Amino acid sequence: MKEKNGNGKNGDAIEVTGLKKSFGPQTVFKGIDLHVDTGESVAVLGPSGTGKSVLLKLLIGLQQPDAGSIRIGGKEIVGLGTDAMNEVRKGIGFLFQQAALYDSLTVDENVAFPLRRHLHLAEDEVRERVHKLLESVGMADHGHKLPSEISGGMQKRVGLARALALDPSILLFDEPTSGLDPITAREIDDLIVETQKQRHVSSLVVTHDVAGAHVFADWGVLLHEGEVAAEGTMKDLDRSSDPYVAEFLKRG
Amino acid sequence: MLMTSVVEWFGELGQFTWKMLRTLLLPPFEFREFLRQLDAIGPKSVPLVMLAGGATGVVMSMQTRDSLVHLGAKGMLPAIIFYSMVKETGPIITALVVSGRVGAGIGAELGSMRVTEQIDAIEASAVNPYKYLAATRVAACILMLPLLTLVADASGFLMGWVADFIAEPISLRLFLDHATRNASLGDFLPPTFKTAVFGLIIGLIASFQGMRAHGGTEGVGRAATQSVVLCSLFVILADVILVRLIVLFFPS
Ligand SMILES: Nc1ncnc2c1ncn2[C@@H]1O[C@H](COP(=O)(O)OP(=O)(O)OP(=O)(O)O)[C@@H](O)[C@H]1O
Ligand SMILES: [Mg+2]
Repeated sequence: MKEKNGNGKNGDAIEVTGLKKSFGPQTVFKGIDLHVDTGESVAVLGPSGTGKSVLLKLLIGLQQPDAGSIRIGGKEIVGLGTDAMNEVRKGIGFLFQQAALYDSLTVDENVAFPLRRHLHLAEDEVRERVHKLLESVGMADHGHKLPSEISGGMQKRVGLARALALDPSILLFDEPTSGLDPITAREIDDLIVETQKQRHVSSLVVTHDVAGAHVFADWGVLLHEGEVAAEGTMKDLDRSSDPYVAEFLKRG
Repeated sequence: MLMTSVVEWFGELGQFTWKMLRTLLLPPFEFREFLRQLDAIGPKSVPLVMLAGGATGVVMSMQTRDSLVHLGAKGMLPAIIFYSMVKETGPIITALVVSGRVGAGIGAELGSMRVTEQIDAIEASAVNPYKYLAATRVAACILMLPLLTLVADASGFLMGWVADFIAEPISLRLFLDHATRNASLGDFLPPTFKTAVFGLIIGLIASFQGMRAHGGTEGVGRAATQSVVLCSLFVILADVILVRLIVLFFPS
């Protein structure tokens, strides 16, 4: 394989080694290694059903691996208790594939949820921050609506605003641009790049949008059948002679 | 086969209860959500509880009156209605009606939050769902059941008088005098407070069934149905024990 990304010179935001996960008879990960430097953006690519969403849930402790180690900011999270895990989670912005907005709360309240719970801000300041966050994803005019009253792509953008609410240092995004039109998708890609630059965050973004990955990703990882089939800079992956990689990137 | 799944169910319920109780030791206490649940469970159940209590009072009055006339003991009617309403009928009718309304409501709400990953999203936001969702609902049920029971008692007694009045006019004042001539607070308090236990059962089982739902919309339906069935069943079983205990500790 090619040189390792970044050589860990900034320290590792995420370090996964020997990760195994099965559901009953079905093996999703046979033992994968994966690594995100501080300040780096990694795109995770792969066909539907390879376990990209499962990977993200393992990284935030919603599921437990069968074997292997996961370090977030240098801290081992496998087997961590709820309270200790919650401390780690406060530094992570997580976007679910289906957004997973709280459907009894309005858009505003959804974005305010993590703010109200973890920061002791005055109500004015909460409102101001929520407005700014929604503005950054182009949803400022829809704050009073319920999730059931906005489209799937709009829900995704609200989910993104909610994920960014606590100024996380690590972003875990599950297909942030799927279901969005090309223009909005590009805006979201730019938002990710901007967040990256402004605040030096590290991100791991699952995506099917290869063009988007070229915009924001420093490194690409292609998963296939429970293993890392290829990794490298997006340019490296483009030039790969491996027929599967070439096929995947061309079609994506 | 059935035996093992019953044992498993109790085991899981025990774990669930433990996880929930543990969260009560540490702040923050989820006041907003608690108030929201108080409102959803209490005031919104009042019409139903009044109706159920009232109808029971009417039936009881009509039926008992008939028998008493035969026996020439018509004058005992107010006391009979009062005692049976307060001691047993009010509490159990309330608990069963609330099992239906609130048990299904909580089961379905938490069930659909589970299958749409909203509970995962709460966890990813570093908030403990056992505290935020379950503890608030259980506490609200415990507090509201005795109050709802008073509503049912009053409504049943009042409608019992109305039914009696139609058969043979008697003033409410006199009816009440006859009813409570020999009554003491000791007749009244234990059966009313026992409904806090019913509240605990309903809140706990409904939250548990909801949060362990799985398998899409069908799973949500299953969670709601099982919640109602199990709540009603355990309320009746608990009543057997509680009535026994009350007779033992508060002999009249
Ligand atoms: N809770 C679960 N129980 C059993 N199997 C599961 C569970 N979650 C995921 N799987 C299985 O793991 C595999 C990977 O699922 P995952 O959702 O991670 O795919 P994905 O790569 O995100 O696909 P897509 O691109 O379509 O979102 C699938 O085959 C799925 O059936
Ligand atoms: Mg997925």
